[in-house]
Amino acid sequence: MPAPRSTTKVRTHPLGDAALLAELGTRLDTALNTRAIALAAALKKRRDVRQAIAGYAGVTVHFDPDLVTHEALTAALKRLASKRPPMSEPGRLHRIPVVYDGPDMDAVSAVLGLDVAKIVEIHTRPIYRVFLVGFVPGWGYLGPLPEELELPRRQVPRTKVPAGSVAIAGRQTGIYPLATPGGWHLIGRTSVKLFLPDSDPPCLFRAGDRVKFFATPG
Amino acid sequence: MSEVLRVEKPGLFTTIQDLGRLSAMSSGVPTGGAMDRFAHRAANLLVGNDEGAATLECTLSGPSLIALRRCLVAITGADFDPHLNGEAAPMWTGVFLSEGDEVSFAGRRWGARVCIAVAGGIAGDRWLGSLSTNLLAARGGMHGRLLAAGDMIGVSGVPAAPAISGRLLSPHHRPDYADHTLPAIAGPHARRLDSEGRKALFGAAFSVSRDADRMGYRLEGPMLDASGDELLSFGLVAGAVQVPRSGQPILLMADHGTAGGYPVVATVASAAMPVAAQLLPGDELSFSEIGIEAALRLRRDQRAALDSLKS
Repeated sequence: MPAPRSTTKVRTHPLGDAALLAELGTRLDTALNTRAIALAAALKKRRDVRQAIAGYAGVTVHFDPDLVTHEALTAALKRLASKRPPMSEPGRLHRIPVVYDGPDMDAVSAVLGLDVAKIVEIHTRPIYRVFLVGFVPGWGYLGPLPEELELPRRQVPRTKVPAGSVAIAGRQTGIYPLATPGGWHLIGRTSVKLFLPDSDPPCLFRAGDRVKFFATPG
Repeated sequence: MSEVLRVEKPGLFTTIQDLGRLSAMSSGVPTGGAMDRFAHRAANLLVGNDEGAATLECTLSGPSLIALRRCLVAITGADFDPHLNGEAAPMWTGVFLSEGDEVSFAGRRWGARVCIAVAGGIAGDRWLGSLSTNLLAARGGMHGRLLAAGDMIGVSGVPAAPAISGRLLSPHHRPDYADHTLPAIAGPHARRLDSEGRKALFGAAFSVSRDADRMGYRLEGPMLDASGDELLSFGLVAGAVQVPRSGQPILLMADHGTAGGYPVVATVASAAMPVAAQLLPGDELSFSEIGIEAALRLRRDQRAALDSLKS
């Protein structure tokens, strides 16, 4: 009996004349993200691909338009995506100590109607997945955050969030690797360095890794 | 490395740039590199370098540089009225400096960024495969920072081609920097715009706001409504036109964040990015819709113009 064919659909959209966005889906979903990471890895091996970045549920492909057309690359992508993804090994597990005294903790507690201890208990409960690394150097988009902590982003983003801030927004959580602007709710801080400029790759997290937070006294 | 130039005055914002570090994107590190890649490639070819050698990118004002020994330089990109020992100096051609010669700039005539190449390629700190300066990480180029008075600029090797003066890129081979109509390809989320919005995107006049730097330009003009379901973050490219909830579009440039979740309604054709790189706050621009094939033709024409310097 032949193996059942996967039904992953790929839709590609041009991102200019030398890149495209390949969408595998539109949901926050571990299986889709696993496929996106595998697809990016397979694409990076092609001579006509200059870079392939896995997003939550798709891949952004930078290609050399002198070597391949948008159409030919789309066809190749469809072939690659129809293959069974390789068995993915569980990503490395990072245990991150957090002091849960962020400047937004009281406001988050009030809006959610949960006391701080309960927020800490919920936030430290899951093993999160690193869905993608990007936005700023070393930032990992972690999720899914339990529904009980789901909040829209802050109305007014901060112009500067301290490095090491642990934050939540939507069904996501993350750690600011550098002092940058940010619109997420700051619930804690960690001393773990996310951005490692003198290492290669220069960041602690890689897409597909797993992260567990634990509370530590300040 | 051997030192060739001493920085007398650094200019307002002068950095060492090459063609960037695409490989570091998967760590969230911006690609970086020269904003005006046509000027960068041309300057290198004019002095006999590989196109990817590092150059100086000078924003808004130029530096004053003293030659420490005989060297071949080329100045391209914006016109900041370059001078050699007080006399007007030509652009878009290779010029020999003798020991003690001074290159300076009298003032900005048009454009945002001047590019200066030196035969042999400018030396700098290599970080993640590139000499480009990343100020946020404080790595690459001149120790991850802007040039400062007293800095010594070295060259990293010998040029790929013989160092001869007189190579020249004629005006008809250069981008039409005065035409601020940027051809752009409809983006993945262009369908979120209604017909009015699409008409505004491809046709209305926008201007570059004061919020404009190497990461991107926030544009002022008609508000675009690209709202809809929240998007999951995905990898971004330079030239992408993002529309955040405010409706004020952002054109992403060389140091753009590597991923984001705002709708991308268009992406500027790669051949038009050098023109975009020369825009300043207050400058008007518009986008004209173009297909991939037409964008690739513009790209090939630009390639041929650069290749004319190789013979």
